[in-house]
Amino acid sequence: MADQKASTSIEAVESGLAAQGYIASRQIATAVYLSQHIEKPILVEGPAGVGKTELAKAIAAWRGMKMIRLQCYEGLDEAKALYEWKYAKQLLYTQILKDKLGEVLGGAQTLHAALDQLHDFGDVFFSKEFVEPRPLLQALEQPGGCVLLIDEIDKSDAEFESLLLEILSDFQVTIPELGTVSAITPPTVILTSNSERDLGDALKRRCLHLHIGFPEQRLEERIVESRVPGISQTLRRQMVGFIHETRSLDLKKLPSVSETIDWARVLVLLQATELDTEIVKDTLNVLLKYESDIEAAAPQVTTFIAKAARSNVFG
Amino acid sequence: MRENLHRFFRAARGAGVHVSPAESIDAMRAVKQVGFSDRAILRDALLLTLAKSQDEKLALGDCFDLFFSQPEPRQDQPEASSDDASQDLDQSPSSDAASEAGEGQRPQELGALAQMLLSQDRNAIAAAIASASGAASLSDIRYSTQRGIFSSRILDAMGLQRLRDDLDQLTSTNPSLAERLRAALDALREAVRDTVSQGLALYAREEAESLRNEILRNAPLARIERRQVAEMRALIRQIARRLRERSSKPRKRQRRGHLDVRRTLRRNAAWGGVPFLTAWKRKHRDRPKIVALCDVSGSVAQVSDFFLLLIHSLHEVVDDVRSFAFSSHLIEVSEILENNSPEEAMAEIMSKVGFGSSDYGSSLVDFEKDFMSTLTPQTTVIVLGDARSNNLDPRADILRRISERSKRLVWLNPEGRLAWGFGDSEMPRYATFCSVVRQCATAQQLERAVSDIVATYQ
Repeated sequence: MADQKASTSIEAVESGLAAQGYIASRQIATAVYLSQHIEKPILVEGPAGVGKTELAKAIAAWRGMKMIRLQCYEGLDEAKALYEWKYAKQLLYTQILKDKLGEVLGGAQTLHAALDQLHDFGDVFFSKEFVEPRPLLQALEQPGGCVLLIDEIDKSDAEFESLLLEILSDFQVTIPELGTVSAITPPTVILTSNSERDLGDALKRRCLHLHIGFPEQRLEERIVESRVPGISQTLRRQMVGFIHETRSLDLKKLPSVSETIDWARVLVLLQATELDTEIVKDTLNVLLKYESDIEAAAPQVTTFIAKAARSNVFG
Repeated sequence: MRENLHRFFRAARGAGVHVSPAESIDAMRAVKQVGFSDRAILRDALLLTLAKSQDEKLALGDCFDLFFSQPEPRQDQPEASSDDASQDLDQSPSSDAASEAGEGQRPQELGALAQMLLSQDRNAIAAAIASASGAASLSDIRYSTQRGIFSSRILDAMGLQRLRDDLDQLTSTNPSLAERLRAALDALREAVRDTVSQGLALYAREEAESLRNEILRNAPLARIERRQVAEMRALIRQIARRLRERSSKPRKRQRRGHLDVRRTLRRNAAWGGVPFLTAWKRKHRDRPKIVALCDVSGSVAQVSDFFLLLIHSLHEVVDDVRSFAFSSHLIEVSEILENNSPEEAMAEIMSKVGFGSSDYGSSLVDFEKDFMSTLTPQTTVIVLGDARSNNLDPRADILRRISERSKRLVWLNPEGRLAWGFGDSEMPRYATFCSVVRQCATAQQLERAVSDIVATYQ
């Protein structure tokens, strides 16, 4: 199925994602297209809230595949990301099989023979039955392929990065007791990062590097249009224009696309038809997440509305 | 086109983007998928596969625009009049031969280049220049002094010799045509020169930059020229980034090897104390705490400047830095350095304590009086100065107390070892209380010194 749905052109990717409500820029579409055709993971960087995680969801929805998400955090290790032995089950089984064990070993004449028999037996307990697959292993075992989202990789430790290398380049993992597990269908891998820490070169080398910044005005209008259908065109233009003005300020956290969408929803909910100073000041806390930012932006509100309105007339 | 891509990779390296062979293979595969027809998509594809950070993307984008603003050597010519030009291209690098072949086909007395110039066919000329620069391997250009030789090589490859003969002949037979040709030749020379300059900008940046950096790294910091200060700052920032990358990672690695019995038992309580999960003792690592005392009198000031810049750009690695500047007395400058740009900060520090004659004794007294409590057993104290105290009391006893209170005391001296102890230098007396004394006159020595200091905390 994955093969059928593999996009035939960059335009197809664009429209496919758009059908899932994700309006992708040309660059994003190119990245998705390339990652499918040269089978490489995409490393997505960019400020918070520009739709990095959303991209993975949209790809999964569009191609009708399962999405497996691995949220990274400091201290994440292979037991939580890759696989773990079911210790309790192993213990339980040994207890239950204790009598059987006596039988098996009873036939052995010498210590040596007993040891040989025990060897065969030991492998039973380190078999697939006793492996608890975690997200990374799950992703490789999906028969129809899947979208593997490794979220906020920059939050994990440097060692974890090295663990990922084998999966990212060859789509396989090596479990010492079992051998190498290769992907049935190579998953589409998306890694996201907020650039909190510089990632290793080895990891970057294995990925397509996609930077998603704040979208252009037109694109953002289309995003709002697709996400908040109830909003009128004038209001949409005005609010997107306003946000673009806000981004030129020196703020602690600039409003990103997710804030734009939230704000659009709020404005629709308040049944606003047009931006005015009053309503903007009341809802500024949806847009800006720090008190100091709100204070910095508040005096500019009137100017920004005027500017946004003007660009509306000409644009 | 493969050839072109390879040249582009070289140009990209010149622009400071690290393109490994594996990456170039990926880029090739990507380009194969998207094709060459749409330049914007080609640009995106190359940016996606080659660039690994936002800075690199910008650099590579510029490089792409510059590179593909050149006409491609193997472009098809739309005009029929340029048959021989495109033939010329097919047979490059030996375009001399081609021009002769062109002459053979057309029973005219002029060479191919002369015809091309006279017909004013810009596309053909541009294509011919591009193919000739390929023949002259313009991508090997490294230094600006090579411009002349590459220009003449390209002109030769285009058949300048033949053109000269034509000119000589025409001057006697058809002076007005000769005049036109001469003007066209001048224009051609200019175009070639531009091409070479562009080639220099594309391909030579990497080498030139690494050469310049190499020189800069080994230049004495105290004596670098004003115009190099900005470059030096950039270099110091680069060093800081490298140190940061090197030392911020391994600190998190816990040392395994000793079993933590208590934690192991607790963790395995669920399985009746059968130890399935083991817990290992961790080795606690301190983040570096640094107290820097910098002499800012005359000759040492510049070195202190760069040193402070380096230390303060190590935020992620170094937890806690307190900086002090002194010449005749000592003040704390941590806040000045953190709140201002390096230039402003240094100017402010200099106006407060700079340029006096240095008095190590009274500066140490100032430090002991107000700031002795900042020293903890985890602190590394770095003193940067030439230890020339103008024959005043050096107060080495205070330095001894500093050394006793702190983890390490490092003295960085911009002067060479030979000068220590001569004249009013108190270095030998101070040295007895220092854990390490080292010379620190160039960026390279500065990097080693700071890297060693950070490494002791790993």
